[in-house]
Amino acid sequence: MATLETAPSTGASLRGARLPRYAPALAGALSIIAAVLVGMLLSWSIAGIVVLAVLIDLIGLTTWSRLVENARAAKNRLVTSLIWTSLGIAFVPLASLLYEAVSKGGSQINGRFLSWTMRNVVNEPGGIYHAIIGTLLITFAATIISVPIGLLTAVYLVEYSAGSRTASWIRFLVDVMTGIPSIVAGLFAYALFSLILGPGTQFGLGGSVALSLLMMPILVRSSEEMLKLVPSDLREASYALGVPKWKTIIRVVIPTAMAGIITGITLAIARVIGETAPLLIICGATPSLNYSLFHGQMASLPVFIYYSYTQPGQNPEILQNMAWGAALVLILIVMILNILARLAGRFFAPKSGH
Amino acid sequence: MSTLTTKTGSPKRRLGDLVFANLTRAAGLTILVVLAGVAIFLTVQGAPALGAKSVDLKGHANFLGYVAPLVFGTLLAAAIALAIALPLSLGVALAVSHFAPRRLAAPIGYVIDLLAAVPSVVYGLWGISFLGPQLGTVYQWLGDHLGWIPLFAGTPLNDGRTILTAGMVLAIMVLPIITAITREIFIQTPRLNQEAALALGATRWEMVRLAVLPYGRSGIVSAAMLGLGRALGETMAVAMVLSVGSGGVVSFKLLTASNPSTIAANIALTFSDATSVQRNVLIASGLVLFVITFAVNFGARAIVARYDTGSK
Repeated sequence: MATLETAPSTGASLRGARLPRYAPALAGALSIIAAVLVGMLLSWSIAGIVVLAVLIDLIGLTTWSRLVENARAAKNRLVTSLIWTSLGIAFVPLASLLYEAVSKGGSQINGRFLSWTMRNVVNEPGGIYHAIIGTLLITFAATIISVPIGLLTAVYLVEYSAGSRTASWIRFLVDVMTGIPSIVAGLFAYALFSLILGPGTQFGLGGSVALSLLMMPILVRSSEEMLKLVPSDLREASYALGVPKWKTIIRVVIPTAMAGIITGITLAIARVIGETAPLLIICGATPSLNYSLFHGQMASLPVFIYYSYTQPGQNPEILQNMAWGAALVLILIVMILNILARLAGRFFAPKSGH
Repeated sequence: MSTLTTKTGSPKRRLGDLVFANLTRAAGLTILVVLAGVAIFLTVQGAPALGAKSVDLKGHANFLGYVAPLVFGTLLAAAIALAIALPLSLGVALAVSHFAPRRLAAPIGYVIDLLAAVPSVVYGLWGISFLGPQLGTVYQWLGDHLGWIPLFAGTPLNDGRTILTAGMVLAIMVLPIITAITREIFIQTPRLNQEAALALGATRWEMVRLAVLPYGRSGIVSAAMLGLGRALGETMAVAMVLSVGSGGVVSFKLLTASNPSTIAANIALTFSDATSVQRNVLIASGLVLFVITFAVNFGARAIVARYDTGSK
């Protein structure tokens, strides 16, 4: 939304003194120079210099404004500076994290890293092929489980029970479900399959069940929003031609909303593909390649990162560096999924009739 | 089926509708069943924990004594995270909704989404290998100069793997959630209220304080609670960053090695090496976590729901 303009400029005689338009920029530049000088004299770290510059800027600009303008304007400038500062603080971790991942992980990634497993690899860098395959298989199965349930629930909420009490309860509990901790989802899958298949069972499909528990609520809400956007004219036109309701939903409503639904599915996949805690519990870890979701422990990228860094063995450097390489691969996968989600909207948009 | 009914076609059509309608209803009920199933299966598998011996409870006499310090650690870490994340997210949300030029709003939103997209294990990796050591020196300084404050008492940990660092990493992870919700609500503030405030000569901050913040109050509360729910259940970042003190400590000292663990981190750290009974104990502690986060999320969503119907 548009930011509202503060009082329009009128003749200078009607208003009190104002700081020039370039005042914030000038104050910022001066405080950076001052902080760099002080920091170099006392040989501070970059972080210390930045903190000092922000402090000088906050105090300096506010005092200047207090002297020239008035207390209210000074407070406004202080809060504005604080808000920009909080924005800056929020970006620092992301920048630092991406820098670390690229600088430490970038050198790891090569053909061997992407095509080898860790089977019988001791004291030398191996590969993460087994973990990539595990992550893809587990996430794929989770998608297969949760997409039908999520989509049908959304259809139920929008088409069959709009306004009913059951619908509002389902909607409410789905919202609450989005807050289930991922580790609880893992424990649920573990408890479930311990009862069915015997205690201590660890296998890939269990991880898919845990992940689908996390995916379903996201899918329901995103698909519901998309189905709601389908104009009711389309439904009524279809009914008027004698098409039954279920066929209307399958042939008219869902194809119209398809772009948004695909975007929602892709974002949901991106959300769960980096989940570690549930897989740690129900899938276990293995250095070997395992193509079967149904038996045997299964490696995955997040669990590989966790164990490689925290339990690196005799030669910690090697596995810890590999952890960074795997982290970079995981970040890239998540980002590619996010970009695909944005592109999906264009590819699957309904063909317009004219 | 007789030829007569096929000719009119109506029974066939109804059959399709009946099947499809019930299919969708079944899907909706599946979700409710799964939610109930989480509680039921955790209870069934966690029940043996009540009879567990102190060998399996890290020396505590009963399950309550075992889980209480973990609940304390969970709440402490989440409280630290919220204390850091809430002001920052409000600042970022206000920057996007009212302070930044309109062409900057979309890129800022995209970067915040990126912050939400980074997997938690990567945050843990970053926290343990980069942030912790960096903060270690800061903690040293805090301990030397501000050690008289009870929170900063004790010998600071050099590698910075304390509950304060874990809280900071959690803060980064909940920031996108709180920002996204509060931003949506700030944007919905009635334009007339804002223009009225400006017309009376309010500065931009006074306009925000008089028109935007009161309108978004309940939204801020529920966003904070949703962030709290996320921080309570977050596992990997805490499990990797925190160096856990021995024997279920309960301590408010933020900089030392005597850190209380959290429920989620405790499960992740000890599950793979646990015996059968110990796993029952961990599942029972998971049930406690589920109940806490369920209650927090339930409350937050109830506020949002009331807000949706009340003020539009």
